[in-house]
Amino acid sequence: MIRVQREDFDPGQELARLTVGRTDIGGVMLFCGLVRDMVGPSEGSGDKNAAAERIRTMTLEHYPGMTEKMLAAIEAEAQARWPLQASLIVHRYGRLHPGENIVLVITCSAHRQAAYEANMFLVDWLKTKAPFWKLEERASGTSWVAARAGDDAAAVRWTKPGAKAAE
Amino acid sequence: MRILYFAWLRQKVGAGEEEVSPPDAVKTVAALVAWLKAKSPAHAAAFANMQAVRVAINQEFADWNAPIAEGDEIAFFPPVTGG
Repeated sequence: MIRVQREDFDPGQELARLTVGRTDIGGVMLFCGLVRDMVGPSEGSGDKNAAAERIRTMTLEHYPGMTEKMLAAIEAEAQARWPLQASLIVHRYGRLHPGENIVLVITCSAHRQAAYEANMFLVDWLKTKAPFWKLEERASGTSWVAARAGDDAAAVRWTKPGAKAAE
Repeated sequence: MRILYFAWLRQKVGAGEEEVSPPDAVKTVAALVAWLKAKSPAHAAAFANMQAVRVAINQEFADWNAPIAEGDEIAFFPPVTGG
């Protein structure tokens, strides 16, 4: 299941809803992404201006229609690769503040390995394939978050060996 | 043909979407971008750095040489940063 919504979600409630009445699930992995009040490119540098550069809000824009399509495709890919009993992706959009939930990914399987791996796969792929964009607001103004090479590398490691050989 | 812009492309163009009717000679995404760039300085600014632009045709990621057709929904946006 996938959901794209402006409203907050309760990870505990979502997990309970997913597993209620189920006796075939042996392991659950839950990832929840939150908004940090991190400082910009010089994050953690101890810059004296860093305090003024903390993020005040983060606004998530998305492409209605394509977002749902991509999330459903990514979830289907995870279901095809791992034996999952249940899965859920919830992604928020709109104006969020530090400490708020952004994204929830839950994977349920008979055994832990599939739940762990499928969860990492889903987060890595949605970061590079789901059409969301983050706008950070600081005291000095707003700026769009740039895509990170590290996220691309994280997504590429899930490329199937067969697919790579075919290139 | 419906064109959508997201994130800073939307800001640079000054609109989130527009209806356009390019001439028949415009058959690929690359040709469409060249045609759009000639529309206004705002469009030219939005497409100034194509390395930072991605495209989707009818809500699927596409290449610059991908063919386009009347009635397509074509979206331009920066590399995604969700999650």
